[in-house]
Amino acid sequence: MLFKSDVHKKMKLVTISGPPSSGKTAVLVNVIKSLKNSGFRAGAVKYDCLATDDDALFRSLGIPVQTGLSGNLCPDHYFVSNIEECLKWGISLNLDLLVSESAGLCNRCSPHIKGVLAVCVIDNLMGVTTPKKIGPMLKFADIVVITKGDIVSQAEREVFAFQVRRANAKAKIMHVNGITGQGASELTSLFLQAPETETLDGGILRFSMPAALCSYCLGETKIGMEHQLGNVKRIKIKQEQP
Amino acid sequence: MIDILEKKIGHLTAEFPPLTEFFSDYGITFNDLHATLGETLEGLAEEHYEDMGIDREKLLENLDGFLQRITLSEIAEAPTVSEITIIGGHDKNGHPEEIELTLLRGSVTSIVGPTGSGKSRLLADIEWMAQNDTPTGRTIRVNGQKPDPELRFSLEYKLVAQLSQNMNFVMDITVAEFVFMHAESRMISAIDTLVADIIAQANLLAGEPFTGQTPVTALSGGQSRALMIADTAFLSSSPVVLIDEIENAGIDRKKALSLLVRKEKIVLMATHDPILALMAERRLIIKNGGIQKIVTTTSREKENLIKLEEIDNKFLALRTRLRSGEMLEEL
Repeated sequence: MLFKSDVHKKMKLVTISGPPSSGKTAVLVNVIKSLKNSGFRAGAVKYDCLATDDDALFRSLGIPVQTGLSGNLCPDHYFVSNIEECLKWGISLNLDLLVSESAGLCNRCSPHIKGVLAVCVIDNLMGVTTPKKIGPMLKFADIVVITKGDIVSQAEREVFAFQVRRANAKAKIMHVNGITGQGASELTSLFLQAPETETLDGGILRFSMPAALCSYCLGETKIGMEHQLGNVKRIKIKQEQP
Repeated sequence: MIDILEKKIGHLTAEFPPLTEFFSDYGITFNDLHATLGETLEGLAEEHYEDMGIDREKLLENLDGFLQRITLSEIAEAPTVSEITIIGGHDKNGHPEEIELTLLRGSVTSIVGPTGSGKSRLLADIEWMAQNDTPTGRTIRVNGQKPDPELRFSLEYKLVAQLSQNMNFVMDITVAEFVFMHAESRMISAIDTLVADIIAQANLLAGEPFTGQTPVTALSGGQSRALMIADTAFLSSSPVVLIDEIENAGIDRKKALSLLVRKEKIVLMATHDPILALMAERRLIIKNGGIQKIVTTTSREKENLIKLEEIDNKFLALRTRLRSGEMLEEL
């Protein structure tokens, strides 16, 4: 285990994403406890859509927290427009490590930044075909954390990890138990090897975010061809014999 | 990697059938079997990659990883782990844990200690192949040597398989499909005989019979446990199996352990059940985060095990009678 006294460095940023209820917060709580035990100063930014209680959970660990609610905007776009401010905030507090947690609502989210440690949290209960349905937040992550391994069979765990490997050949795959914390101190040691981030000005996303900009983005509520403008995509109806 | 791009689709999918499924993950279906893979990927619109949330470079990286996995398991089995050594660190108060414990293949060791005493931490240390870099300061040697740190993240070399009380099957498929899918992910050949073997073994462990057509979600607790144990014995690549209590109903625990031993697993069993604890050759007593003592099961204890089993069988017989509607006025 690395200790605070071993390192005198600038702040590291880690982006954490994953589908709702996959255990991102539970994993982070364990990581933050482990960081604190080793004398590191951690902070958290929680991005969500409508409401969140996680900030209170982080605060109860005695660390500084920021919450960003995107409301009716795509949370991914909201994240990228605000992450730089959050980074500055973390640096101003002299943190050693800042974690930024965002909800991956549409599975096509792409919150990972080049040169910043990228983590995706998914859980075994989602079913073995899930990994292929998750876009850049899984495919471009450096670390994939798999949770809820204690409630599915060993076979399902192995098949699930194999499917994750198929969707991302290079990522480090870790099993972490959000309840007992098994695996969290190992994950923490990987967080501590993250590159330092001094600024995100000029930084680049690893992959483009889900595209938007159609009439509905601008508040249109009526349905029908004549109301559709901008970036609109049509379903291909297949003619199958019954 | 460049070579494969020049190969014709028809040849590639014949040589590596799993590739068809791999590409379908990315919404890619092959229409022209005479085109090369390179041409096919070039022919995809930028929009296709964007929709799938991947770029060409990353796709090729994943393809490369996938092919490595197929060919690696076809050429060579994972290097065998014959023993694991745990070198003590310290407990929660920093008192040194003066042990050096070697666990051999085909051995059963039980772990006892109150909740929160550090049983899962010990397992985590083994799983992570700790090198004095975890809160306990323990060091793990594999075959007497320091393991390659990269192996920590390898799926094929994962040291620990876990079986715990609250595990369930969450997939809605039949027993045979389930085992088949697991075997497929291990890139194993001759899957059909193996699937039949595993189901037969699981039936030997379970009290009530089930078939390959039974849905996994319809299995009883005992049957599920039996299937998980048989499947882990035959199909898991991990040499160490951790069992967190095996409840006494609907599964022959002695046969279950002997199957794992026969399959050369290093069995670690967290338990508070005297029968299970005495079935092991040794037991680790965990206290305050450290291994406090290693006890070898004595011959007196082994004799008592026979008595305990008699009591246990009596109890099971009562259960069976109760189930079949009998009165328990006579014991």
